Amino acid sequence: MNQSLGGVTITPNLLLFGALGGAAAMAAVGVVAFNNAVRSALCLVLNFFLLAIVYFTLNAEMMGITQVVVYTGAIMVLFLFVIMLLNLGAPQLLRDREDPKRWLGLLLGFALFAIVAGQIFPSLLSHTNIGAVDGYGSPQAIGRTLFTQYVLPFEAVSILLLIGIVGSILLAKRRI
Amino acid sequence: MADWFLNLHPAWQALFRVLLFVLPVLILVPGSIWWERRLLSWMQDRIGPNRVGNITWSRTSRFVPSFLRGKKWHLQGLLQPIADGVKLFFKEDITPANVDRAIYFIAPALALFPAFTLGATIPWGPFRSLTPIADVNIGVLYIIAVSSLGVYGVVLSGYASNNKYSLLGGLRSSAQLISYELAMSMALACMVLATGSLKMTGMIEAQEQALWGVVPFLQNWHILTPYGLVAGIVFFICMVAETNRAPFDLPEAENELVAGYHTEYSSMKFAVFFMGEYAAMFVYGGILATVFLGGYHMLPIRWDYLHQSMPSLSYLWDRFEGLDYWFSPIWFLAKCVLILTTYVWLRATLPRLRYDQLMSLGWKSLLPLATSNLIVVALWIVATRVYGPMGGWAAVAVAAVILFLLYKAINRLKPGEKEELASRTIEMVDVPPARREVEMVDPATQAG
Amino acid sequence: MNGVPLVAYLALGLFMFTTGVVGVVIRRNPIVIFMCIELMLNAVNLTFLAFARYQYTKLPVGDLQQQSSMMAGQMMVIFVMAVAAAEVAVGLGIIMAIFRLRQNIDIDEMNLLRG
Repeated sequence: MNQSLGGVTITPNLLLFGALGGAAAMAAVGVVAFNNAVRSALCLVLNFFLLAIVYFTLNAEMMGITQVVVYTGAIMVLFLFVIMLLNLGAPQLLRDREDPKRWLGLLLGFALFAIVAGQIFPSLLSHTNIGAVDGYGSPQAIGRTLFTQYVLPFEAVSILLLIGIVGSILLAKRRI
Repeated sequence: MADWFLNLHPAWQALFRVLLFVLPVLILVPGSIWWERRLLSWMQDRIGPNRVGNITWSRTSRFVPSFLRGKKWHLQGLLQPIADGVKLFFKEDITPANVDRAIYFIAPALALFPAFTLGATIPWGPFRSLTPIADVNIGVLYIIAVSSLGVYGVVLSGYASNNKYSLLGGLRSSAQLISYELAMSMALACMVLATGSLKMTGMIEAQEQALWGVVPFLQNWHILTPYGLVAGIVFFICMVAETNRAPFDLPEAENELVAGYHTEYSSMKFAVFFMGEYAAMFVYGGILATVFLGGYHMLPIRWDYLHQSMPSLSYLWDRFEGLDYWFSPIWFLAKCVLILTTYVWLRATLPRLRYDQLMSLGWKSLLPLATSNLIVVALWIVATRVYGPMGGWAAVAVAAVILFLLYKAINRLKPGEKEELASRTIEMVDVPPARREVEMVDPATQAG
Repeated sequence: MNGVPLVAYLALGLFMFTTGVVGVVIRRNPIVIFMCIELMLNAVNLTFLAFARYQYTKLPVGDLQQQSSMMAGQMMVIFVMAVAAAEVAVGLGIIMAIFRLRQNIDIDEMNLLRG
């Protein structure tokens, strides 16, 4: 089963990552491609969920589950709420107009991918060793680092979130 | 047998564990539907469905054995859920026009998916090769994550129905869900802080220690600790709100917005919603049992300590310990059924909360309570470590008093509000029935 | 997992980032533009975590700097998630306010600040 394809051994792990990554990539394309905003949002939900599973394969389980809680469970719900409230108010707004200049944007994307990949990937192609130790993604390790070395950014982020809460409530009020 | 199982590929072992969890839940869901309908009926002073499945054996047929001829078997309506399922299966599957087809078809599945996936980290027995399905390092966080995925089924089914009232019902219901999942996460965070581990099996191991650290013959079930009691009550209320059950079932009440987000779903899709609701009730009950009620243990008594302290009755403790170990799925199921009964009891007893009452309960009462409970847990841990358990109790008592005074100070009535409340209050006074002579007129003797 | 090369994760991250860029350039609905920004942030998260695991460094395993860089990747991801959450909340509030004012959310029509 472990055949080689162009210098890379095909393992079940690689096949699993191929499936996950391929599906995530297709979902990412779906975000941009769908005209309907709700379908875009659902593709993004799928993308975030698959990305969380990819984080699990990277042994970063705390980050994966935080991705599900924060991104899939909260941020995308917020997106869906706003889309549906706009849908109630004016359902014709959620469909984009056809624009012939779209293909230039696609060209930009291809060019960006080609330039960055061409510069960075060749030097990294041989790197398959895992440098991280086994428990690096566990809650204990993250907690220890977050509350000792990174406690200042942690407190700053909590103030930022407080500002975000106050700001979004003020923006959403009809009468201040 | 155990060796054969452990030598299988881990994927087959995992599949077996999944089946071992999913099949009993699929059997228990109709059972819980029956139990709810009968218990609700008894609480409402009626009998409930008891006619389906009554078998009357024929009196004359040759094919019936003689001891059965003419007998009636009264099955107490246990086949009613099966009859419901058959009815829903054969009902006409209406798809409204102009719906978003893909989302319309996938929304019921999205509502069912979290209900079953939640149970992946719940240990229903001490047999570690069979349960839980995945004993991950992040078990409690997994529960928070999957329960926040439960919003999608509601929101998408409301949107996809192409019906403004369903959309509004879906939005209201999802606002309720995200409000209560915050307080639920805070309550679980209290328990994680108390236990020091995010694993569900770690929760059970922490509950096997001595009660409050000192009482050696009782187990430290979290519901018996002061912070655990508050967190358990908060978690229970949030659990009832998360499964959209009474008294929080405004979004799906029949006289509000028809049936809310699942109005336009008929037959099998509605059956999927229905099944998802009851499965979620069961699984959330399992989580409450694991985190707060000691999981799969029979009683909060530590048998091994009793072995040491009273070795004369060793054979008795052996019996109890064996009962505790080998029948642990039964005890876990009993706790789940107890919680289900409490769900039904709440539905029978409490009136429905209005939407603004619901939101203010979640944000203004439960979330501050759960957050202050988190502070109390931290206080308890520090005080117990420094001063011993009595210090812990003293610190918790002081903290409770301070919090109570703070609550009173914040919720002080503004001047003038007391008179306004008094003017709007209606006092019900028991008026004795009017006593007057009733003239009994006999219509036969009336002058015609 | 073992057996997956680093470039696989980086390629996925770069693809998602590029798709996000294309989305921001092409789409006219500000909510979808926001979603593409989130896509880009997630691509960056994936890259951080991939490098945190596959330490691309010549330092020996167990070295203090190497260990801190494997935790630093995850710390960056935490902070990126928190900032993205705050940004989405405020940004969607702004979009709702604009919609309430102008009844239209087409990006090409929002050109009041144009000189």
